[in-house]
Amino acid sequence: MAVSILHRATGTGMATLGALVFIWWLAAAASGPDAYATFYNYVVAANEGDSGAFAVNVLMKLVGVGLTWAFFQHLFSGLRHFVLDIGAGYDLKVNKTVAILTMAGALLVTLAIWGTIFAKMGAH
Amino acid sequence: MGSGTGIGRVRGLGSAKHGSIHWWRQRVTAVGNLLLVPWFLVSLFRLPKLDHATVVQWVGSPLVAVPLILLTISVFYHFRLGLQVVLEDYVHEEGSKVFCILLLNFYAIGGAALAIFSILKIAFGGVPA
Repeated sequence: MAVSILHRATGTGMATLGALVFIWWLAAAASGPDAYATFYNYVVAANEGDSGAFAVNVLMKLVGVGLTWAFFQHLFSGLRHFVLDIGAGYDLKVNKTVAILTMAGALLVTLAIWGTIFAKMGAH
Repeated sequence: MGSGTGIGRVRGLGSAKHGSIHWWRQRVTAVGNLLLVPWFLVSLFRLPKLDHATVVQWVGSPLVAVPLILLTISVFYHFRLGLQVVLEDYVHEEGSKVFCILLLNFYAIGGAALAIFSILKIAFGGVPA
């Protein structure tokens, strides 16, 4: 149950927030250096003294962490769906264990990735 | 509706017979995403910087532009199918449902078109780095 609703919620989140940032990134890069600078200022790293953009940066980091978790949750429960599609994994105990593993796996991978990113940023 | 025989009420209102192809395309695009999205994320992660020159140079090379276009098609098709099911399950009023699915189609196709055009413009050298 929980994993099924998470699959829908994470998919919807990525299709809206994730896709919009992806489109903005590509359209800005294709529009030229000025448009890309605006994208960079808000999403990656704000210009010195631009506190409004800095606040958006912090929000974007949160969105990034959220989307990373959403991606792996969706990926792992998607793999679970492939197993269920071939008619395996319906035994109640196995089914529940695998469902919990998808949630634990997604959290662990997200922590590992963003731990690395924040460690890298801290080193600069 | 509401009057007539049982067969009269359901005639023409049954399955559109599109269920299996919807299901199958959801799986095909899922496998596409499974290959392409990790490639994309790892590649982004490995770029030295995310400034304009680096991104334009990276996206512009054929072995990046083509998989990136395929990724856009696979991802946007996948979420168009997925969100359609979500809307069908949670929006019960028929008119709102049709309207939401219409918006979803415009969003998915419009967004994918913008992304693909941008990739092509970069790849064909239309953007001075």
